[in-house]
Amino acid sequence: MATLEIHDLHVSVETGDSATGAREILKGVDLTVKQGETHAIMGPNGSGKSTLAYSLAGHPKYTITGGTVTLDGEDVLEMSVDERARAGVFLAMQYPVEVPGVSVSNFLRTSATAIRGEAPKLRTWVKEVKAAMEQLHMDPAFAERNVNEGFSGGEKKRHEILQLELLKPKIAILDETDSGLDVDALRIVSEGVNRVRESGEVGTLLITHYTRILRYIKPDFVHVFANGRIAESGGAELADQLEAEGYDKYVKGGATA
Amino acid sequence: MAEAQNIPVGSTTAGSIAVAAESTVATRMSAPPSFDVADFPVPHGREEEWRFTPLARLRGLHDGTAVADGSMKAQIDAPEGVTIESVERDDARIGKAGTPVDRVAAQAFTSFTKATVVTVPKEAVLTEPVRVSLHGEGGTTFGHTVFDVQAFAEAVIVIDHTGDGVRAANVEFLVGDGAKLTVVSVQDWDATAVHCSQHNTLVGRDASFKSVVVTFGGDVVRLHPRISYAGPGGAAELFGLYFTDAGQHQEHRLLVTHDAPHCTSNVVYKGALQGEGAHAVWIGDVLIEKSAEGTDTYEMNRNLVLTDGARVDSVPNLEIETGEIVGAGHASATGRFDDEQLFYLQARGIPAEEARRLVVRGFFAELVQQIGVADIEERLLAKIETELQASV
Repeated sequence: MATLEIHDLHVSVETGDSATGAREILKGVDLTVKQGETHAIMGPNGSGKSTLAYSLAGHPKYTITGGTVTLDGEDVLEMSVDERARAGVFLAMQYPVEVPGVSVSNFLRTSATAIRGEAPKLRTWVKEVKAAMEQLHMDPAFAERNVNEGFSGGEKKRHEILQLELLKPKIAILDETDSGLDVDALRIVSEGVNRVRESGEVGTLLITHYTRILRYIKPDFVHVFANGRIAESGGAELADQLEAEGYDKYVKGGATA
Repeated sequence: MAEAQNIPVGSTTAGSIAVAAESTVATRMSAPPSFDVADFPVPHGREEEWRFTPLARLRGLHDGTAVADGSMKAQIDAPEGVTIESVERDDARIGKAGTPVDRVAAQAFTSFTKATVVTVPKEAVLTEPVRVSLHGEGGTTFGHTVFDVQAFAEAVIVIDHTGDGVRAANVEFLVGDGAKLTVVSVQDWDATAVHCSQHNTLVGRDASFKSVVVTFGGDVVRLHPRISYAGPGGAAELFGLYFTDAGQHQEHRLLVTHDAPHCTSNVVYKGALQGEGAHAVWIGDVLIEKSAEGTDTYEMNRNLVLTDGARVDSVPNLEIETGEIVGAGHASATGRFDDEQLFYLQARGIPAEEARRLVVRGFFAELVQQIGVADIEERLLAKIETELQASV
């Protein structure tokens, strides 16, 4: 069973200001995500949620200054970005970038080939992509457009979930996948995530600012992120509490810590 | 008096990417076209037509100090029926498609000894390309070549430039009435070569001309593809593809003069750049004269900057003297392959090198397909691979 273990993770980012230097954003994160589990990470803006997501995926902007991350005992932090993806870590991005000149279909196939270690058989692949796109209510013409070029916010998110469904990672990190979606799009995207979860083969780290998405995707664990670490953990009921009370007490607590 | 309309440049500016200011075709050149080098002052580098060009690297082509001391191995393979002649400069077919527009082209015209005329006779439909291979063996050479593709003939001509040397030349394409001509010009020079060439095409009545310019090598490559029309109904498609490496200067200066009614032109040039000091220049001028009613024209330049330190100057320019046209448009855009795109592709399991290849191949794909000559397409794709490997 695949397990992602994050232990005492410290991450800083260059501010670009020589006087300030590097600023520490994650200040000792401990978290274990097992295959089949869904963890929601909630927290106010600036608490470090997205930094956690991008650090796990290996974005070069972030420097790991301490701690460990392992996937089934393998050192994730030693891996390059593409090695992490091939090892089974998937990050659905909040702001997916445009890649001009590369069509969605070419991109998906290149990616699936890299992740699976061999090119998927053309006939079954075409069917597989078509079926996945239909379930996400995506127009087939989408496949011939360039990656994220001119996509609406909702199209970008559906495209991220399409990749999640096709690439079948061990650990899926969803960085604010719900932000900017209307109710219909949120439901379609959530259904996609749930299909992947139902396979029981993925551990999900659902990063969100709002509790709204948790009506569609039921977490097993909820963690409140504040001031660069997990301030509190609990079950789904913790989300209800946050819905009622907001993040105030964590923000204030963080500020004086 | 004709009303000149000047449509502003659509531009993107990012980092080291610059889009030059407006200027009109009419005022751009510092001297009128001429076959005599003496009619052009020696450029100092601030003239509109020279301001992007590193004159110091032209090895004297621009100031009269270059002497014809080099050698260029020329080989022409042509199917049966095609004639190849070596002619004197007073041959009637010389200069019909156009006149040198700058000092280097005029120098080439003044300095060449014998011209080559390749004729595809009337109504001949060639099943194999005419292949012209020019291999520089060092030193300076001047050339003049005329391709006379007569009425209703159909031909593909591949001109392949390799080796080292300093080359200034004029190349003329006479496309007869109803003829169809495709020209692929490959600049695959060694790293120290200098190549300045003016390509003049006269498109006949109801004729179609397709040009594919592919520039990879050389220290400085500066080409002037120019089109005009001998009668109504002509069609010109101008495609270009360049890959500019560290230290290279590659300049493509196009002019399409719509001087006959009901003609079309479509220009698509795409370039990728990588490395410190890589400099690509694209000038796309389209002039629609008063007489050219029913014109339909579009020109586009796209650049993909792969690393820091590269520079693009892209100047599309459209002048319209009649409102009775079907369409006229232009676009220029320069984008970067940046760390975020690389991260996105890598985060989907695609290794960095392959990610770069995916983006560049995708960028060039539509143009590579336009070539239509299998071995050149393959060589081009292989060349792109080599260039990409050099960048990692």
